[in-house]
Amino acid sequence: MTDGLDEVFRREAGRCTATVIRVLGDIDLAEDAVAEAFAIAAEQWPKTGIPPNPGGWITTTARNRAIDRLRRESTRSDRHLAAHRLHTDTMGPARNPDLDRLDDFVEVVADDQLRLMFLCAHPSLAADAQVALVLRLVAGLETSEIARAFVVAEPTMAQRIVRAKRKLHDNHASYRIPRLGELPDRLHTVLAAIYLIYTEGHTATSGQSLTRSDLSTEAIRLGRTLVELMPDEPEAVGLLALMLLTESRRPARSSTDGTVVRLADQDRSRWDQALIAQGHQLVRACLRRNRPGPFQIQAAIAAVHADAPSAKTTDWSQIIALYDQLYALRPHAVIALNRSVAVAELHGPDEGLAALARIDIATLDNYQPYHAARADLLARAGRRDEALAAYDRAIELTANAVERDFLMLQRAAL
Amino acid sequence: MPQYLISVWHDDTFEVDLSSPDAQLRVAQVDAFNSELQQAGAWVFAAGLHPASSATVVRSSGGEVSMTDGPYAETKEQMGGFWVIEAADLDAALEWAGRAAAACDGPVEVRPAQG
Repeated sequence: MTDGLDEVFRREAGRCTATVIRVLGDIDLAEDAVAEAFAIAAEQWPKTGIPPNPGGWITTTARNRAIDRLRRESTRSDRHLAAHRLHTDTMGPARNPDLDRLDDFVEVVADDQLRLMFLCAHPSLAADAQVALVLRLVAGLETSEIARAFVVAEPTMAQRIVRAKRKLHDNHASYRIPRLGELPDRLHTVLAAIYLIYTEGHTATSGQSLTRSDLSTEAIRLGRTLVELMPDEPEAVGLLALMLLTESRRPARSSTDGTVVRLADQDRSRWDQALIAQGHQLVRACLRRNRPGPFQIQAAIAAVHADAPSAKTTDWSQIIALYDQLYALRPHAVIALNRSVAVAELHGPDEGLAALARIDIATLDNYQPYHAARADLLARAGRRDEALAAYDRAIELTANAVERDFLMLQRAAL
Repeated sequence: MPQYLISVWHDDTFEVDLSSPDAQLRVAQVDAFNSELQQAGAWVFAAGLHPASSATVVRSSGGEVSMTDGPYAETKEQMGGFWVIEAADLDAALEWAGRAAAACDGPVEVRPAQG
Protein backbone atom coordinates (compact mmCIF):
# COMPACT_ATOMS: atom_id res chain seq x y z
CA MET A 1 0.00 0.00 0.00
CA THR A 2 2.73 2.47 0.89
CA ASP A 3 4.44 1.37 -2.32
CA GLY A 4 1.30 2.40 -4.16
CA LEU A 5 1.32 5.73 -2.42
CA ASP A 6 4.97 6.35 -3.22
CA GLU A 7 4.27 5.61 -6.83
CA VAL A 8 1.30 7.97 -6.91
CA PHE A 9 3.37 10.60 -5.17
CA ARG A 10 6.17 10.30 -7.73
CA ARG A 11 3.72 10.51 -10.58
CA GLU A 12 1.36 13.13 -9.24
CA ALA A 13 3.35 15.47 -6.97
CA GLY A 14 4.53 17.85 -9.69
CA ARG A 15 1.24 17.76 -11.60
CA CYS A 16 -0.82 18.44 -8.48
CA THR A 17 1.49 21.21 -7.27
CA ALA A 18 1.30 22.82 -10.70
CA THR A 19 -2.49 22.91 -10.67
CA VAL A 20 -2.80 23.95 -7.02
CA ILE A 21 -0.40 26.85 -7.66
CA ARG A 22 -2.80 28.09 -10.33
CA VAL A 23 -5.85 27.59 -8.15
CA LEU A 24 -4.34 29.27 -5.09
CA GLY A 25 -2.04 31.67 -6.90
CA ASP A 26 0.79 31.08 -4.46
CA ILE A 27 3.72 28.67 -4.61
CA ASP A 28 4.37 28.22 -0.89
CA LEU A 29 0.71 27.87 -0.03
CA ALA A 30 0.33 25.26 -2.78
CA GLU A 31 3.40 23.28 -1.68
CA ASP A 32 2.20 23.11 1.92
CA ALA A 33 -1.32 22.18 0.86
CA VAL A 34 -0.17 19.38 -1.47
CA ALA A 35 2.11 17.99 1.27
CA GLU A 36 -0.84 18.04 3.67
CA ALA A 37 -3.08 16.30 1.13
CA PHE A 38 -0.50 13.56 0.64
CA ALA A 39 -0.28 13.13 4.42
CA ILE A 40 -4.06 12.70 4.54
CA ALA A 41 -3.87 10.22 1.66
CA ALA A 42 -1.20 8.21 3.48
CA GLU A 43 -3.61 7.89 6.38
CA GLN A 44 -6.84 7.24 4.47
CA TRP A 45 -5.91 5.29 1.35
CA PRO A 46 -4.68 2.16 3.16
CA LYS A 47 -8.24 1.87 4.49
CA THR A 48 -10.25 3.13 1.52
CA GLY A 49 -8.02 2.12 -1.36
CA ILE A 50 -6.45 4.50 -3.90
CA PRO A 51 -9.22 6.58 -5.51
CA PRO A 52 -9.78 6.20 -9.26
CA ASN A 53 -8.44 9.69 -9.94
CA PRO A 54 -5.70 10.12 -7.33
CA GLY A 55 -4.38 13.36 -8.87
CA GLY A 56 -7.81 14.99 -8.76
CA TRP A 57 -8.30 13.74 -5.20
CA ILE A 58 -4.97 15.19 -4.03
CA THR A 59 -5.54 18.47 -5.86
CA THR A 60 -9.05 18.93 -4.51
CA THR A 61 -8.05 17.97 -0.98
CA ALA A 62 -5.06 20.33 -1.14
CA ARG A 63 -7.24 23.17 -2.36
CA ASN A 64 -9.83 22.54 0.37
CA ARG A 65 -7.20 22.31 3.11
CA ALA A 66 -5.60 25.55 1.98
CA ILE A 67 -8.97 27.31 1.95
CA ASP A 68 -9.79 25.95 5.42
CA ARG A 69 -6.52 27.27 6.67
CA LEU A 70 -7.00 30.67 5.09
CA ARG A 71 -10.49 30.86 6.60
CA ARG A 72 -9.16 29.93 10.03
CA GLU A 73 -6.76 32.78 9.67
CA SER A 74 -10.01 34.74 9.22
CA THR A 75 -10.01 38.07 7.44
CA ARG A 76 -6.44 37.64 6.32
CA SER A 77 -7.49 35.21 3.63
CA ASP A 78 -8.59 37.61 0.93
CA ARG A 79 -5.77 39.96 1.55
CA HIS A 80 -3.36 37.06 1.65
CA LEU A 81 -4.53 35.76 -1.68
CA ALA A 82 -4.64 39.20 -3.18
CA ALA A 83 -1.11 39.94 -2.09
CA HIS A 84 0.36 36.66 -3.24
CA ARG A 85 -1.59 35.84 -6.29
CA LEU A 86 0.43 34.92 -9.33
CA HIS A 87 -1.03 36.30 -12.49
CA THR A 88 -2.22 33.71 -14.95
CA ASP A 89 -3.41 34.13 -18.48
CA THR A 90 -6.74 32.59 -17.57
CA MET A 91 -7.31 34.73 -14.51
CA GLY A 92 -6.31 38.34 -14.78
CA PRO A 93 -4.52 40.09 -11.98
CA ALA A 94 -7.63 41.90 -10.86
CA ARG A 95 -9.63 38.79 -10.14
CA ASN A 96 -9.10 37.10 -6.83
CA PRO A 97 -10.85 33.79 -6.33
CA ASP A 98 -14.12 33.84 -4.51
CA LEU A 99 -13.51 31.08 -2.01
CA ASP A 100 -17.16 30.02 -1.98
CA ARG A 101 -17.59 29.86 -5.70
CA LEU A 102 -14.68 27.64 -6.67
CA ASP A 103 -15.61 24.38 -8.36
CA ASP A 104 -15.98 21.47 -5.99
CA PHE A 105 -13.56 19.25 -7.83
CA VAL A 106 -10.28 20.49 -9.22
CA GLU A 107 -9.16 18.79 -12.40
CA VAL A 108 -5.43 18.43 -12.93
CA VAL A 109 -4.75 20.47 -16.04
CA ALA A 110 -1.76 19.46 -18.16
CA ASP A 111 -1.05 23.07 -19.13
CA ASP A 112 -0.36 23.83 -15.49
CA GLN A 113 2.72 21.64 -15.61
CA LEU A 114 3.97 23.64 -18.56
CA ARG A 115 3.26 26.89 -16.75
CA LEU A 116 5.24 25.57 -13.81
CA MET A 117 8.18 24.53 -15.98
CA PHE A 118 8.33 27.95 -17.60
CA LEU A 119 8.07 29.63 -14.21
CA CYS A 120 10.79 27.50 -12.59
CA ALA A 121 13.15 27.92 -15.54
CA HIS A 122 12.52 31.64 -15.83
CA PRO A 123 15.48 33.34 -17.53
CA SER A 124 15.67 35.92 -14.73
CA LEU A 125 16.89 33.14 -12.40
CA ALA A 126 20.43 31.79 -12.30
CA ALA A 127 20.84 28.34 -13.83
CA ASP A 128 21.47 26.64 -10.47
CA ALA A 129 18.29 28.19 -9.08
CA GLN A 130 16.28 27.12 -12.15
CA VAL A 131 17.52 23.57 -11.75
CA ALA A 132 16.72 23.52 -8.02
CA LEU A 133 13.20 24.86 -8.57
CA VAL A 134 12.46 22.45 -11.41
CA LEU A 135 13.54 19.51 -9.24
CA ARG A 136 11.67 20.76 -6.19
CA LEU A 137 8.39 21.82 -7.79
CA VAL A 138 8.05 20.00 -11.11
CA ALA A 139 9.80 16.76 -10.17
CA GLY A 140 8.58 16.89 -6.57
CA LEU A 141 11.95 16.00 -4.98
CA GLU A 142 12.61 16.89 -1.35
CA THR A 143 15.07 19.72 -0.74
CA SER A 144 17.31 17.25 1.10
CA GLU A 145 17.42 14.98 -1.96
CA ILE A 146 18.32 17.87 -4.26
CA ALA A 147 21.02 19.02 -1.84
CA ARG A 148 22.50 15.51 -1.76
CA ALA A 149 22.41 15.23 -5.53
CA PHE A 150 24.34 18.48 -5.96
CA VAL A 151 26.62 17.82 -2.98
CA VAL A 152 25.71 21.02 -1.18
CA ALA A 153 24.54 21.44 2.41
CA GLU A 154 20.77 21.21 2.83
CA PRO A 155 20.41 24.75 4.27
CA THR A 156 22.31 26.08 1.24
CA MET A 157 19.92 24.37 -1.15
CA ALA A 158 16.90 25.41 0.93
CA GLN A 159 18.06 29.02 0.80
CA ARG A 160 18.64 28.80 -2.96
CA ILE A 161 15.07 27.60 -3.44
CA VAL A 162 13.57 30.18 -1.06
CA ARG A 163 15.47 33.00 -2.76
CA ALA A 164 14.38 31.90 -6.21
CA LYS A 165 10.74 31.69 -5.15
CA ARG A 166 10.97 35.09 -3.49
CA LYS A 167 12.50 36.62 -6.59
CA LEU A 168 9.67 35.31 -8.76
CA HIS A 169 7.14 36.53 -6.22
CA ASP A 170 8.66 40.00 -5.69
CA ASN A 171 8.95 40.48 -9.43
CA HIS A 172 5.30 39.58 -10.09
CA ALA A 173 6.25 36.71 -12.36
CA SER A 174 3.20 35.39 -14.19
CA TYR A 175 1.99 31.82 -14.23
CA ARG A 176 1.59 31.42 -17.92
CA ILE A 177 2.85 29.75 -21.05
CA PRO A 178 4.97 32.13 -23.13
CA ARG A 179 3.46 33.59 -26.27
CA LEU A 180 4.52 32.22 -29.64
CA GLY A 181 7.04 35.01 -30.18
CA GLU A 182 8.77 34.40 -26.85
CA LEU A 183 8.49 30.63 -27.01
CA PRO A 184 11.76 29.62 -28.73
CA ASP A 185 13.97 31.45 -26.20
CA ARG A 186 11.90 30.51 -23.19
CA LEU A 187 11.65 26.88 -24.27
CA HIS A 188 15.38 26.74 -24.77
CA THR A 189 15.88 27.87 -21.17
CA VAL A 190 13.60 25.07 -19.94
CA LEU A 191 15.41 22.51 -22.10
CA ALA A 192 18.80 23.77 -20.95
CA ALA A 193 17.75 23.43 -17.29
CA ILE A 194 16.60 19.84 -17.84
CA TYR A 195 19.80 19.04 -19.74
CA LEU A 196 21.85 20.54 -16.91
CA ILE A 197 20.11 18.14 -14.51
CA TYR A 198 20.92 15.31 -16.89
CA THR A 199 24.59 16.18 -17.33
CA GLU A 200 25.06 16.66 -13.59
CA GLY A 201 23.70 13.13 -13.20
CA HIS A 202 25.81 11.85 -16.08
CA THR A 203 29.14 13.31 -15.06
CA ALA A 204 28.91 14.56 -11.53
CA THR A 205 31.12 17.64 -11.41
CA SER A 206 32.24 16.78 -7.92
CA GLY A 207 32.09 13.96 -5.44
CA GLN A 208 33.28 10.38 -5.25
CA SER A 209 31.31 8.58 -7.91
CA LEU A 210 31.24 9.36 -11.59
CA THR A 211 27.50 9.52 -12.08
CA ARG A 212 24.41 10.23 -10.04
CA SER A 213 21.95 8.19 -11.98
CA ASP A 214 18.99 9.43 -9.92
CA LEU A 215 19.44 12.92 -11.42
CA SER A 216 19.70 11.46 -14.92
CA THR A 217 16.56 9.43 -14.36
CA GLU A 218 14.79 12.54 -13.11
CA ALA A 219 15.92 14.57 -16.13
CA ILE A 220 14.70 11.88 -18.54
CA ARG A 221 11.38 11.78 -16.72
CA LEU A 222 11.10 15.57 -17.08
CA GLY A 223 12.08 15.30 -20.74
CA ARG A 224 9.33 12.73 -21.36
CA THR A 225 6.78 14.95 -19.60
CA LEU A 226 7.80 17.92 -21.72
CA VAL A 227 7.47 15.91 -24.94
CA GLU A 228 4.01 14.78 -23.85
CA LEU A 229 3.06 18.39 -23.15
CA MET A 230 4.67 19.86 -26.28
CA PRO A 231 4.69 17.05 -28.86
CA ASP A 232 5.11 19.53 -31.72
CA GLU A 233 8.36 21.03 -30.44
CA PRO A 234 11.18 19.22 -32.21
CA GLU A 235 13.79 20.59 -29.80
CA ALA A 236 11.97 19.02 -26.84
CA VAL A 237 11.96 15.71 -28.73
CA GLY A 238 15.62 16.26 -29.61
CA LEU A 239 16.56 16.77 -25.96
CA LEU A 240 14.78 13.56 -24.93
CA ALA A 241 16.50 11.64 -27.74
CA LEU A 242 19.89 13.07 -26.74
CA MET A 243 19.40 12.04 -23.12
CA LEU A 244 18.21 8.52 -24.02
CA LEU A 245 21.08 7.93 -26.46
CA THR A 246 23.64 9.20 -23.94
CA GLU A 247 22.00 7.13 -21.23
CA SER A 248 22.24 4.00 -23.39
CA ARG A 249 26.03 4.05 -22.90
CA ARG A 250 25.86 4.22 -19.10
CA PRO A 251 26.44 0.47 -18.51
CA ALA A 252 29.70 0.70 -20.48
CA ARG A 253 30.94 4.05 -19.15
CA SER A 254 32.62 2.76 -16.05
CA SER A 255 34.43 -0.52 -15.46
CA THR A 256 33.68 -2.85 -12.55
CA ASP A 257 36.21 -1.04 -10.36
CA GLY A 258 34.47 2.28 -11.04
CA THR A 259 37.02 3.83 -13.37
CA VAL A 260 36.04 5.76 -16.50
CA VAL A 261 35.93 3.97 -19.83
CA ARG A 262 36.22 6.32 -22.80
CA LEU A 263 33.76 6.12 -25.67
CA ALA A 264 36.46 4.61 -27.91
CA ASP A 265 37.23 1.84 -25.41
CA GLN A 266 33.69 0.99 -24.35
CA ASP A 267 32.30 -2.51 -24.75
CA ARG A 268 29.48 -1.60 -27.09
CA SER A 269 27.66 -4.86 -26.49
CA ARG A 270 26.82 -3.39 -23.09
CA TRP A 271 25.02 -0.40 -24.56
CA ASP A 272 21.31 -0.44 -23.86
CA GLN A 273 19.72 -1.34 -27.19
CA ALA A 274 16.18 -0.51 -26.05
CA LEU A 275 17.21 3.07 -25.22
CA ILE A 276 19.11 3.34 -28.52
CA ALA A 277 16.02 2.21 -30.44
CA GLN A 278 13.85 4.78 -28.64
CA GLY A 279 16.45 7.49 -29.22
CA HIS A 280 16.75 6.65 -32.92
CA GLN A 281 13.01 6.74 -33.39
CA LEU A 282 12.81 10.17 -31.73
CA VAL A 283 15.73 11.55 -33.77
CA ARG A 284 14.03 10.44 -36.98
CA ALA A 285 10.71 11.90 -35.84
CA CYS A 286 12.11 15.33 -35.07
CA LEU A 287 14.40 15.54 -38.11
CA ARG A 288 11.36 14.93 -40.31
CA ARG A 289 9.95 18.22 -39.09
CA ASN A 290 12.91 20.00 -40.68
CA ARG A 291 13.23 22.61 -37.93
CA PRO A 292 16.76 21.81 -36.77
CA GLY A 293 18.02 23.03 -33.43
CA PRO A 294 20.99 22.42 -31.14
CA PHE A 295 19.45 19.56 -29.15
CA GLN A 296 18.30 17.73 -32.30
CA ILE A 297 21.76 18.00 -33.84
CA GLN A 298 23.43 16.76 -30.65
CA ALA A 299 20.96 13.87 -30.62
CA ALA A 300 21.85 13.12 -34.24
CA ILE A 301 25.54 13.03 -33.27
CA ALA A 302 24.74 10.62 -30.43
CA ALA A 303 22.74 8.52 -32.90
CA VAL A 304 25.73 8.26 -35.27
CA HIS A 305 27.85 6.99 -32.36
CA ALA A 306 25.13 4.54 -31.39
CA ASP A 307 25.07 3.16 -34.95
CA ALA A 308 28.74 2.30 -35.03
CA PRO A 309 29.84 -1.18 -33.96
CA SER A 310 33.23 0.27 -32.94
CA ALA A 311 34.97 3.62 -32.54
CA LYS A 312 37.01 2.94 -35.69
CA THR A 313 33.96 2.27 -37.86
CA THR A 314 32.15 5.42 -36.67
CA ASP A 315 31.07 7.72 -39.48
CA TRP A 316 33.35 10.55 -38.33
CA SER A 317 32.82 12.67 -41.44
CA GLN A 318 29.09 12.65 -40.66
CA ILE A 319 29.87 13.68 -37.09
CA ILE A 320 32.13 16.52 -38.26
CA ALA A 321 29.36 17.72 -40.61
CA LEU A 322 26.88 17.70 -37.72
CA TYR A 323 29.29 19.65 -35.50
CA ASP A 324 29.64 22.20 -38.31
CA GLN A 325 25.85 22.58 -38.36
CA LEU A 326 25.76 22.86 -34.59
CA TYR A 327 28.54 25.45 -34.58
CA ALA A 328 26.65 27.50 -37.18
CA LEU A 329 23.72 27.68 -34.74
CA ARG A 330 25.75 27.98 -31.54
CA PRO A 331 29.28 29.23 -32.18
CA HIS A 332 30.65 28.08 -28.82
CA ALA A 333 34.22 27.06 -28.14
CA VAL A 334 33.08 23.80 -26.52
CA ILE A 335 31.45 22.74 -29.79
CA ALA A 336 34.64 23.59 -31.70
CA LEU A 337 36.51 21.47 -29.14
CA ASN A 338 34.29 18.44 -29.76
CA ARG A 339 34.61 18.94 -33.48
CA SER A 340 38.43 18.94 -33.17
CA VAL A 341 38.27 15.58 -31.42
CA ALA A 342 36.20 14.19 -34.31
CA VAL A 343 38.69 15.66 -36.79
CA ALA A 344 41.48 13.81 -34.96
CA GLU A 345 39.56 10.55 -35.32
CA LEU A 346 39.14 11.04 -39.06
CA HIS A 347 42.44 12.68 -40.02
CA GLY A 348 44.80 11.89 -37.14
CA PRO A 349 46.00 13.70 -33.98
CA ASP A 350 48.04 16.37 -35.84
CA GLU A 351 44.98 17.60 -37.74
CA GLY A 352 42.99 17.47 -34.51
CA LEU A 353 45.59 19.58 -32.71
CA ALA A 354 45.61 22.04 -35.61
CA ALA A 355 41.82 22.38 -35.27
CA LEU A 356 42.20 22.84 -31.51
CA ALA A 357 44.78 25.57 -32.05
CA ARG A 358 42.24 27.59 -34.01
CA ILE A 359 39.89 27.83 -31.00
CA ASP A 360 39.94 30.92 -28.85
CA ILE A 361 41.70 29.52 -25.77
CA ALA A 362 40.58 32.27 -23.41
CA THR A 363 37.11 30.75 -23.09
CA LEU A 364 38.42 27.21 -22.52
CA ASP A 365 41.42 27.71 -20.27
CA ASN A 366 39.51 26.67 -17.14
CA TYR A 367 37.59 23.91 -18.91
CA GLN A 368 38.88 20.51 -17.86
CA PRO A 369 37.69 18.57 -20.95
CA TYR A 370 39.71 20.90 -23.18
CA HIS A 371 42.97 20.09 -21.42
CA ALA A 372 42.09 16.39 -21.17
CA ALA A 373 41.34 16.20 -24.92
CA ARG A 374 44.46 18.16 -25.79
CA ALA A 375 46.60 15.94 -23.55
CA ASP A 376 45.25 12.85 -25.29
CA LEU A 377 45.91 14.25 -28.78
CA LEU A 378 49.41 15.40 -27.81
CA ALA A 379 50.16 11.94 -26.42
CA ARG A 380 48.91 10.31 -29.61
CA ALA A 381 51.01 12.72 -31.65
CA GLY A 382 54.09 11.67 -29.65
CA ARG A 383 54.57 15.10 -28.02
CA ARG A 384 55.17 13.66 -24.55
CA ASP A 385 56.31 16.74 -22.59
CA GLU A 386 53.44 18.89 -23.79
CA ALA A 387 51.03 16.03 -23.08
CA LEU A 388 52.30 15.76 -19.49
CA ALA A 389 51.77 19.49 -18.94
CA ALA A 390 48.25 19.30 -20.41
CA TYR A 391 47.38 16.33 -18.16
CA ASP A 392 48.64 18.29 -15.15
CA ARG A 393 46.34 21.16 -16.00
CA ALA A 394 43.37 18.83 -16.57
CA ILE A 395 43.98 17.04 -13.25
CA GLU A 396 44.23 20.38 -11.48
CA LEU A 397 40.79 21.34 -12.84
CA THR A 398 39.02 18.06 -11.96
CA ALA A 399 36.83 17.92 -8.85
CA ASN A 400 35.41 14.47 -9.59
CA ALA A 401 37.52 11.76 -7.91
CA VAL A 402 36.86 9.08 -10.55
CA GLU A 403 37.77 11.35 -13.44
CA ARG A 404 40.91 12.47 -11.65
CA ASP A 405 42.00 8.85 -11.17
CA PHE A 406 41.43 8.23 -14.86
CA LEU A 407 43.51 11.23 -15.90
CA MET A 408 46.30 10.26 -13.53
CA LEU A 409 46.37 6.76 -15.02
CA GLN A 410 46.57 8.22 -18.52
CA ARG A 411 49.38 10.51 -17.45
CA ALA A 412 51.28 7.70 -15.77
CA ALA A 413 51.04 5.59 -18.94
CA LEU A 414 53.03 8.17 -20.91
CA MET B 1 -0.14 47.60 -11.47
CA PRO B 2 3.42 46.57 -10.45
CA GLN B 3 6.13 49.15 -10.92
CA TYR B 4 9.71 48.43 -11.90
CA LEU B 5 12.92 50.42 -11.86
CA ILE B 6 14.93 50.04 -15.04
CA SER B 7 18.36 51.51 -14.38
CA VAL B 8 21.15 52.15 -16.86
CA TRP B 9 24.69 51.30 -15.79
CA HIS B 10 28.02 52.22 -17.21
CA ASP B 11 31.65 52.65 -16.37
CA ASP B 12 32.32 55.51 -13.98
CA THR B 13 34.77 57.05 -16.44
CA PHE B 14 32.12 57.08 -19.17
CA GLU B 15 31.60 60.59 -20.44
CA VAL B 16 28.95 61.57 -22.90
CA ASP B 17 29.98 63.85 -25.69
CA LEU B 18 26.54 64.98 -26.75
CA SER B 19 27.87 66.41 -30.00
CA SER B 20 29.08 63.00 -31.22
CA PRO B 21 26.87 61.24 -33.79
CA ASP B 22 26.71 58.17 -31.52
CA ALA B 23 25.34 60.18 -28.62
CA GLN B 24 22.90 61.99 -30.91
CA LEU B 25 21.61 58.66 -32.15
CA ARG B 26 21.20 57.36 -28.58
CA VAL B 27 19.30 60.48 -27.54
CA ALA B 28 16.94 60.02 -30.49
CA GLN B 29 16.49 56.34 -29.66
CA VAL B 30 15.74 57.07 -26.00
CA ASP B 31 13.25 59.78 -26.98
CA ALA B 32 11.45 57.35 -29.26
CA PHE B 33 11.43 54.72 -26.50
CA ASN B 34 10.03 57.24 -24.02
CA SER B 35 7.20 58.07 -26.43
CA GLU B 36 6.42 54.37 -26.77
CA LEU B 37 6.26 54.01 -22.98
CA GLN B 38 3.96 57.00 -22.72
CA GLN B 39 1.65 55.83 -25.50
CA ALA B 40 1.41 52.39 -23.90
CA GLY B 41 0.58 53.92 -20.52
CA ALA B 42 3.67 52.27 -19.02
CA TRP B 43 5.54 55.50 -18.29
CA VAL B 44 5.87 56.69 -14.68
CA PHE B 45 9.10 58.68 -14.65
CA ALA B 46 12.52 58.71 -16.22
CA ALA B 47 15.72 60.73 -16.07
CA GLY B 48 19.29 60.69 -17.21
CA LEU B 49 21.72 61.61 -14.44
CA HIS B 50 24.78 63.81 -14.28
CA PRO B 51 28.04 61.88 -13.72
CA ALA B 52 28.48 60.07 -10.39
CA SER B 53 31.16 62.60 -9.44
CA SER B 54 28.32 65.14 -9.05
CA ALA B 55 26.82 63.11 -6.19
CA THR B 56 26.77 64.05 -2.50
CA VAL B 57 26.23 61.50 0.25
CA VAL B 58 24.09 62.66 3.18
CA ARG B 59 23.91 60.73 6.46
CA SER B 60 21.75 61.18 9.52
CA SER B 61 22.99 59.85 12.81
CA GLY B 62 21.48 60.78 16.18
CA GLY B 63 19.93 63.90 14.77
CA GLU B 64 23.22 65.02 13.22
CA VAL B 65 23.29 65.36 9.47
CA SER B 66 26.65 65.07 7.74
CA MET B 67 27.67 65.28 4.13
CA THR B 68 30.51 63.86 2.14
CA ASP B 69 31.53 63.93 -1.46
CA GLY B 70 29.87 61.06 -3.37
CA PRO B 71 29.14 58.73 -4.95
CA TYR B 72 28.03 56.37 -2.19
CA ALA B 73 29.08 53.13 -3.82
CA GLU B 74 32.78 53.10 -4.63
CA THR B 75 32.37 50.82 -7.58
CA LYS B 76 33.52 51.11 -11.15
CA GLU B 77 29.97 50.86 -12.44
CA GLN B 78 27.57 53.66 -11.61
CA MET B 79 23.95 54.37 -12.43
CA GLY B 80 23.68 56.79 -15.31
CA GLY B 81 19.92 57.06 -15.58
CA PHE B 82 16.67 55.23 -14.96
CA TRP B 83 13.08 54.66 -15.84
CA VAL B 84 10.23 53.81 -13.51
CA ILE B 85 7.62 51.91 -15.47
CA GLU B 86 4.34 50.14 -14.85
CA ALA B 87 3.95 46.67 -16.29
CA ALA B 88 1.47 43.83 -15.86
CA ASP B 89 4.14 41.34 -14.83
CA LEU B 90 7.83 40.50 -14.91
CA ASP B 91 7.79 39.33 -18.52
CA ALA B 92 6.21 42.58 -19.67
CA ALA B 93 8.77 44.56 -17.65
CA LEU B 94 11.63 42.52 -19.15
CA GLU B 95 10.32 43.16 -22.62
CA TRP B 96 10.39 46.93 -21.97
CA ALA B 97 13.85 46.52 -20.47
CA GLY B 98 15.07 44.84 -23.62
CA ARG B 99 13.96 47.84 -25.63
CA ALA B 100 15.51 50.18 -23.06
CA ALA B 101 18.84 48.38 -23.39
CA ALA B 102 18.66 48.70 -27.16
CA ALA B 103 17.70 52.39 -26.99
CA CYS B 104 20.56 53.39 -24.70
CA ASP B 105 22.93 50.85 -26.19
CA GLY B 106 24.03 49.35 -22.87
CA PRO B 107 23.01 46.99 -20.09
CA VAL B 108 20.05 47.82 -17.86
CA GLU B 109 18.94 46.35 -14.54
CA VAL B 110 15.31 45.60 -13.70
CA ARG B 111 14.10 45.73 -10.11
CA PRO B 112 10.55 45.49 -8.85
CA ALA B 113 9.24 48.21 -6.55
CA GLN B 114 7.67 47.10 -3.28
CA GLY B 115 3.95 47.30 -2.77
